[in-house]
Amino acid sequence: MQKQQETPTNMLENSKVLGPVATIFDSIHTGSWRLERPKVNFEACIKCGICEKNCPPNIITVHKDRVESVEIDWYYCKGCGICANECPKKCIAMVDERGEL
Amino acid sequence: MYKIYKDSKGLVAHGVSACAGCGLELIIRNVLDVLGEDTIIVIPPGCSALFSGFGKETALKIAGIQGNLENTAAYAAGIKAGLQIQGNEHTTVLAFAGDGATVDIGIQALSGVMERRDKIVYVCYDNEAYMNTGIQGSSSTPLGANTTTTPTGKNTSRKDLIKIAEAHDIPYAATASVANLVDLRKKVQKAKDTDGPALLHIHTPCPTGWGFDTAKSIEISKEAVNTGAWILYEYEAGVRKISYKPKELRPISNYLKLQGRFKHLKENEIVEVQDEIVSRFHKFMSEL
Repeated sequence: MQKQQETPTNMLENSKVLGPVATIFDSIHTGSWRLERPKVNFEACIKCGICEKNCPPNIITVHKDRVESVEIDWYYCKGCGICANECPKKCIAMVDERGEL
Repeated sequence: MYKIYKDSKGLVAHGVSACAGCGLELIIRNVLDVLGEDTIIVIPPGCSALFSGFGKETALKIAGIQGNLENTAAYAAGIKAGLQIQGNEHTTVLAFAGDGATVDIGIQALSGVMERRDKIVYVCYDNEAYMNTGIQGSSSTPLGANTTTTPTGKNTSRKDLIKIAEAHDIPYAATASVANLVDLRKKVQKAKDTDGPALLHIHTPCPTGWGFDTAKSIEISKEAVNTGAWILYEYEAGVRKISYKPKELRPISNYLKLQGRFKHLKENEIVEVQDEIVSRFHKFMSEL
């Protein structure tokens, strides 16, 4: 039989793994790709959750009980703009990443 | 099982190197959200391989294997057979392949699975070309679309995958789109509950390959459904059922003008594409 490849996964403490397999669940810093950033007008927001459902990386959380209802994880947001395009109230605007805060 | 470095809300990591505005990312999240943790995924090389990870890192919390392009369905059938020998009837086996790995390279393995009635869920996300290797045309590329291998526009129509599945008379086959995620999730649930092979053909907008602004992904797939370029329907127990019927087909130029891959089309060519889509839609409606 063919000899198994020597990989760091063979030396794991919790289980013996043979062959090249993934044992780590990780994410990369996709927020660094962002050129434009969604900016929410919280007064016009009706908290419908459409942005949350249509966000490809799934990093938007809509809090129905907060004034700042839409929470975005900036570490992962790629700035694609789907949330701004799909918002029924058009209360999300895409602003320049390096522009005003 | 996995060592979790950065946790996520669902079963898929948040930071995956899929392009901004990618429709595939939305699909894999919704599919795995419905199927749940008790799933084994088979992924061929392609854009979806970004989710099976690189080296010792993965972006999925479930068990999975990255196979070859031509035998995704065969891998899945083998895993299912192994589970059945062990007496495990509850685990879902999901094959998650692109259009190239399904309608071109993997069609024989898929045909074998459909003929043998292996109980797997096969998802084909259709971005209408080989996007991962640099936008080469596949047999799912629509009439008139520009790719690197069809620079003047493809001059033949696309292959109809669900009709091939219907010819095998499988228990469940359906088309879906990111335009309607509620419908997509319902169909994934039905596929999971099917006793036998279930095939889902999902229209996936690709900002990089189709040449549009990343924000317009959902808008374009909605336009595809409303113009008749993509028909949402199910084939269940030998009967076809339309899931969403647009009241009136909108002119195809609404869909074409949003995309860079159709930019070269002249007026008479747009009429040609329109005729092809309308006649296919009416033929479909007459066969219901």
